[in-house]
Amino acid sequence: MTGRLWLAAVAAFAAAVPAMSETAPKDVAFVEGAIEASLSGMPGNPEEGAKVMTTNALGNCVACHQVNGIPNVQFPGTIAPPLDGVADRWSEAQLRGIVANAKMTFEGSFMPAFYKTEGFIRPGAAYSGKAPEGDLPPILTAQQIEDVVAFLMTLKE
Amino acid sequence: LALAGTALADPVEDTLVVETDDGAIEFVTTTTAPDHLKDVMDTIYSGWHYREDETRDLQRDDFDNPGMVFVDRGMDLWNQEIGAKGESCAGCHEGPESMKGLRAVTPRVDAGTGALMTVENYVNECVTERMGLEAWGMTSDKMKDMLALISMQSRGEVVNVAIDGAAAPFWEKGKEIYYTRFGQLEMSCANCHEDNQGQMIRADHLSQGQINGFPVYRLKDAGILSAQQRFVGCVRDTRAETFKPDSDEFKALELYVASRGNGLSVEGVSVRH
Ligand code: HEC
Ligand code: HEC
Ligand code: HEC
Repeated sequence: MTGRLWLAAVAAFAAAVPAMSETAPKDVAFVEGAIEASLSGMPGNPEEGAKVMTTNALGNCVACHQVNGIPNVQFPGTIAPPLDGVADRWSEAQLRGIVANAKMTFEGSFMPAFYKTEGFIRPGAAYSGKAPEGDLPPILTAQQIEDVVAFLMTLKE
Repeated sequence: LALAGTALADPVEDTLVVETDDGAIEFVTTTTAPDHLKDVMDTIYSGWHYREDETRDLQRDDFDNPGMVFVDRGMDLWNQEIGAKGESCAGCHEGPESMKGLRAVTPRVDAGTGALMTVENYVNECVTERMGLEAWGMTSDKMKDMLALISMQSRGEVVNVAIDGAAAPFWEKGKEIYYTRFGQLEMSCANCHEDNQGQMIRADHLSQGQINGFPVYRLKDAGILSAQQRFVGCVRDTRAETFKPDSDEFKALELYVASRGNGLSVEGVSVRH
């Protein structure tokens, strides 16, 4: 391995290790469904957030929600309220809480909890149908949650 | 966009009639919900009503229905002398029409053994005990070909599985599973097929998840799918560890889901996308 490639590998590894300021899923404090502080300790990137929301293996929010603010999504679902104007209805902290675990805001919600790792019945390793080996990761990382929240904050009417 | 959603929300109004050598069969694809469902829904619909025009049309004509190839394969297997001592299904049961009615009442508790029996369980009992062969895999080609052939013998008959008496404990267990929110997405069968039937989950029009049409020919897989194979797919999609076909859980679930369709016709081999 050349020196430069090796350095790149170190950098990649460093990126995969959670930053010190990151809040782990089990340590998240909800106040009436809301989460005050950034879960990653970093600001979110709305463009990345839109990608997370429309990628099947990530947020796949469009399976249930329409978002006119994201053009060219084919066949959005009709199960949940359209997300346009959502930043007028909820604060950033409330939106972070809804995306992390909507059941803390809407009791018994059909919306999955994207930043939760415990308390499931027969959880599987992603969509493999098999039991997970080792700890179950949340569906989205702390930074992906922040990216989604940053995008939702742009949805004003 | 909201409009498109509402327009699609309802099951399509349509009638399924198939011409056969023995005359036309008119299927019950919409009917009043069985008593045990009355508090959650009024009407039950076959999954046929939720599919596209082209997919529905494929099921109207046996020459167009790709599932019929598997029925023919089942017929060949029925007649073959495959047993350890040269036994065949036909040798003991004569024609497959001897299986008429079975698909409409299974899963059911076998009076002799008290075991919950699917069509597949009955087949394997003969394969192992009466033909001296290794059990066929629950989702193997042989098993599904035979399932297709046997289901066709009850085509047009009304599903009527027993849920009381010896069946009651199995039915209760199946019901509990139906309402359990499995997996990392914490979703139950009822969340999708009861609360949100008629809605679009991305590009999929959610049906009531009935199994009167099973086995189905699935265009996406270009093959036959058993009810429990479909359950595997649905549970996997909740980011859950699935149960296996023929597990006690899925057998109980199959009985419970079948009972939600009591009153709909057996479709023999249906076509879904
Ligand atoms: C399986 C369905 C489903 C998925 C997937 C889903 N949601 Fe939801 N969401 C709902 C439902 C249903 C509600 C309405 C609240 C309730 O009644 O539970 C909701 C409500 C919301 C709300 C509040 C909307 C309002 O106007 O009050 C926001 C914000 C939201 N979801 C964001 C998201 C984001 C972001 C994602 C993806 C990361 C997502 N949802 C994925 C089903 C879903
Ligand atoms: C996340 C949503 C979801 C959940 C949860 C779910 N399903 Fe499904 N299911 C679907 C979709 C989407 C389809 C394909 C479209 C349709 O027929 O509804 C489907 C199809 C089916 C079908 C085929 C119906 C037909 O006529 O072809 C059956 C049977 C079924 N589901 C049973 C179940 C059972 C039993 C469970 C629980 C173990 C379950 N589903 C859980 C989404 C779901
Ligand atoms: C050696 C004789 C024999 C052979 C070979 C045989 N069976 Fe059977 N089968 C039986 C008997 C006996 C029963 C039990 C009938 C009863 O309990 O009323 C039975 C029952 C069944 C049942 C349950 C029927 C019902 O109404 O309860 C099915 C399904 C079945 N057989 C399918 C098959 C298939 C498919 C094959 C070939 C792969 C096969 N059998 C081969 C003798 C045989």
